[in-house]
Amino acid sequence: MEILDLEKIGVRGVNSTLHDLPQDSRQNFEIQNPQGQHSIACGLDAPLIVEIKGHVGFYCGGMNKFAKITVNGHAGVGLAENMISGNIRVTGNASESAGATAHGGLLVIEGNASSRCGISMKGVDIVVGGSVGHMSGFMAQSGNLVICGDAGEALGDSIYETKIFVRGEVSGLGADCIEKEMTPEHFSKLSELLVSSGLKADPADFRRYGSARKLYNFDIDNADAY
Amino acid sequence: MCGIVGLYLKNSELQAQLGSMFQPMLAEMSSRGPDSAGVAIYRNPVDSGQTKFSLAHNDPDFSWETLGTELAATLQCSVSIKTVGTHCILVTDAKEAKVVRWLKNSQSAPDVQAEIRIVGSGHSIEIFKEVGPPEKVYEQFNLGHASGTHMIGHTRMATESAVTTAGSHPFATGADLCLVHNGSLSNHNILRRNMEREGIRFQTENDTEVAGAYLTWKLRSGATLRQALEDGIRELDGFYTFCIGTQNGFAVVRDPIACKHAVLAETDEWVAMATEFRAIANLRGSENAEIWEPEPSTIYIWGEE
Repeated sequence: MEILDLEKIGVRGVNSTLHDLPQDSRQNFEIQNPQGQHSIACGLDAPLIVEIKGHVGFYCGGMNKFAKITVNGHAGVGLAENMISGNIRVTGNASESAGATAHGGLLVIEGNASSRCGISMKGVDIVVGGSVGHMSGFMAQSGNLVICGDAGEALGDSIYETKIFVRGEVSGLGADCIEKEMTPEHFSKLSELLVSSGLKADPADFRRYGSARKLYNFDIDNADAY
Repeated sequence: MCGIVGLYLKNSELQAQLGSMFQPMLAEMSSRGPDSAGVAIYRNPVDSGQTKFSLAHNDPDFSWETLGTELAATLQCSVSIKTVGTHCILVTDAKEAKVVRWLKNSQSAPDVQAEIRIVGSGHSIEIFKEVGPPEKVYEQFNLGHASGTHMIGHTRMATESAVTTAGSHPFATGADLCLVHNGSLSNHNILRRNMEREGIRFQTENDTEVAGAYLTWKLRSGATLRQALEDGIRELDGFYTFCIGTQNGFAVVRDPIACKHAVLAETDEWVAMATEFRAIANLRGSENAEIWEPEPSTIYIWGEE
């Protein structure tokens, strides 16, 4: 395993080292002294294994493809933003807009996530061990958002086809978000995600929320409004 | 943009290190606000019959000593003067309102550039603000070795008004209260008009000054800091993360939407607040601190209830 000391080589030094590897590289890296800096391990494009020792700032793991990134600490705003594939795990909490617009891969936040978790998510699977803040799953388009704790106000506002699973209390649902039936198919997907995330929770304790599909389909009765 | 930072010491043995602990916090927020910076420090409280003023003048050669001599002679009061960069700390036993009136009337030139600005007043607060990179501003006021109980700072990226010191935070609007703000208020004009009728004075058209004045006004009416902030959440409309200092207190509050970044960290020794965690990462003990994001519409107070 190679050690990258961010205090010595800076964010640019860390990221260029990780970018300059061949696309099939499976090397292991440990990033030390992240000091809450932004954009650490962004834009990775190889199945690397990257472990970050400490708290990170904004946009950690953004645009990730193939890599497995673990943050041993908390993460700032925009964690795993626009992730394409791979696996990102945070052992602490994540700030606002975790997993925003992410297309694929698995994002696991062992602690709590703040507001707007999974905003406009486009296919990523997000599993949160704790609770999420207000406006989570806003305009979420596809993928799964699993919340083992509680959800804040306006969950799933203007949601498209993301499936949201919540174990605890929901403070309030956003526009066009409703509770939906948990079919065997949903149950097995949820069980699979809980297993891959390594978080211990009984799938039977969860409720499912999704789109009532009234907001994004054209309704002829509203024609006068245009 | 703009960055805000605050540091409140729980362990009084650290007071001699306050300035050196705060320096990297403010410097780290330079990239969010490279145009100007301001700092409030709570230190050296004066006697109960005295008032401490922080004064500023655009002319670096302005003679504060002369001003002090004239003030003492006119109001028959004691005056001590300490010049710090372009600012001066004036301590007097004259009534605060009298001093304010005298300062306003003593100015022969009505030119704003040549005005003495009262940037802060109270028993322990001292405020320093200046244009330029935050690191330079901090050095200019010799704050690296300062001791005190708590500090609040602001780094400004000017986006909607000129880079001037008068428009820089922190805004101090009354005895020992000061406030730094990340965000913007939308109903500040009506609040300012309402408070002017209540006798509150304003120095600028700035929205943040209104938030500070609002809290001062509430505290003067007998509210506790918590009550004032609870009312503020109801009446101040806009986006904000505020960090607030009083003589003995330190508070943080965010609006109900909470889209202006903020992070809090606490150990047995200190409480730190910043727009971004990297400003806190340099503090000794931060790796084991309790770190969290302040919740929307939630008031966090230390030192004073």
